[in-house]
Amino acid sequence: MLVPTVVLSGIGLLSGLGLALAARAFAVETDPRQEKIAEALPGANCGGCGYAGCGDFAGAVVRGDAKPDDCPVCDQETRRLVASIVGLTVQDRAPQVALILCQGGDDVAAKKYRYNGLASCASAALLGGGDKLCGAGCLGLGDCQRACAFGAVEMTPSGVARIIPARCTACGQCVAACPKDLIKLVPAEATIHVLCSNHDRGPAAKKACTVACLGCKKCEKSFAEDPRIKVADFLAYIDYEHAPVDPALAALCPTGALVYRAAAAPAAERTSS
Amino acid sequence: MQLVLLVLSAILVNNFVLSRFLGICPFLGVSKKLSTALGMTAAVMFVMTLASTVCWLVFHGLLRPYGLEYLQTISFILIIAAMVQLVELALQKLSPGLYRSLGIYLPLITTNCAVLGCAVMNIMNESSLLVTAVFSLAAAVGFGLALVLFSGIREVLALADTPRSFRGTAIALLTAGTLSLSFMGFAGLVK
Repeated sequence: MLVPTVVLSGIGLLSGLGLALAARAFAVETDPRQEKIAEALPGANCGGCGYAGCGDFAGAVVRGDAKPDDCPVCDQETRRLVASIVGLTVQDRAPQVALILCQGGDDVAAKKYRYNGLASCASAALLGGGDKLCGAGCLGLGDCQRACAFGAVEMTPSGVARIIPARCTACGQCVAACPKDLIKLVPAEATIHVLCSNHDRGPAAKKACTVACLGCKKCEKSFAEDPRIKVADFLAYIDYEHAPVDPALAALCPTGALVYRAAAAPAAERTSS
Repeated sequence: MQLVLLVLSAILVNNFVLSRFLGICPFLGVSKKLSTALGMTAAVMFVMTLASTVCWLVFHGLLRPYGLEYLQTISFILIIAAMVQLVELALQKLSPGLYRSLGIYLPLITTNCAVLGCAVMNIMNESSLLVTAVFSLAAAVGFGLALVLFSGIREVLALADTPRSFRGTAIALLTAGTLSLSFMGFAGLVK
């Protein structure tokens, strides 16, 4: 019993010593600012900045490859702190939230086949774009929920994903995760949205989902000039630069694709991380 | 002459990736770009040759004389892990770009069955030290050959109009299978 223990420990110890020496010989100088920045960051490691975690982002900021602004999760104070560590300044920016442009739950949207595969939207989307009759609809299998590091995505009882604005930090991971490209980042203060991504003509869209956008242009025509809602290819788009705010607009929409949602709390008041 | 046949066998006839199906993880994971594939090959060549040789020395010098052959697996893994750490440290200092592009696949060489497989194979075949060293180097070259061939194909395949359900891993696996089939043409070249 003693001999194998000694032998194995001996090999381990020798390797450890050798590695310690090698670590000295191959030491890489790290900028002390990198650690300071990494400490200041929220530490969620969400990947929203495009780097592999907060440590990697800190390194990128110090190298000059990334701007302190690139972290979508930081609030104003943190971004200013990070910027000051590397001697830059940041500008205030309007807070954003994610929005899932689909309301097609099982109660309103038809399915074209029964899917019995892996419980992943990416998987279902491989089979002819998913089991929904509407080719653009939310498949409800939770890829976005799993991608969210902040628990800001919930699955409604009818089987579509929905963002919880209070927890959303607009990191963009759900946007990347959705295989149908249904999720967009919109200004947090916007209240009027078109929750549909279907480009089919009226009758086809209606057949696929009762709350689909038909492209009837009623919303577009309600603005005499300076249209804030444009219909292109049978789908209405909100121009978020000049977003409409009138809740009465939602009553215009014959299917209910155009909705009014209360504005999300601004980031400074939202509790993040 | 024996050594030449051994080298041919390790590289072509019994290619570690395409005939023995070892080391598939980096084969599929690092083969999207030719430059990363070449970098990975260099790392694996270093680890495989050195690790196999050191493992041979440890087995015949330490384990067998004390009747500790059963410690073979764990001590080999210890040694391979240490080697890989060494490569990581060196790469981080000498080539940060390659280090970043290899990413997680660099420490994964530790669990690469090709490296452990090579070390164990040399023990099983009761090879001499010289044969071990040559065989391991040749095996790593074979691994590199498969990786380079595959990444060359994948780089071009990425631009092709693949059917939707085949894109990504599916077509990669199909290609790997076809490449493996083609390497079976070498069977019987060396007995």
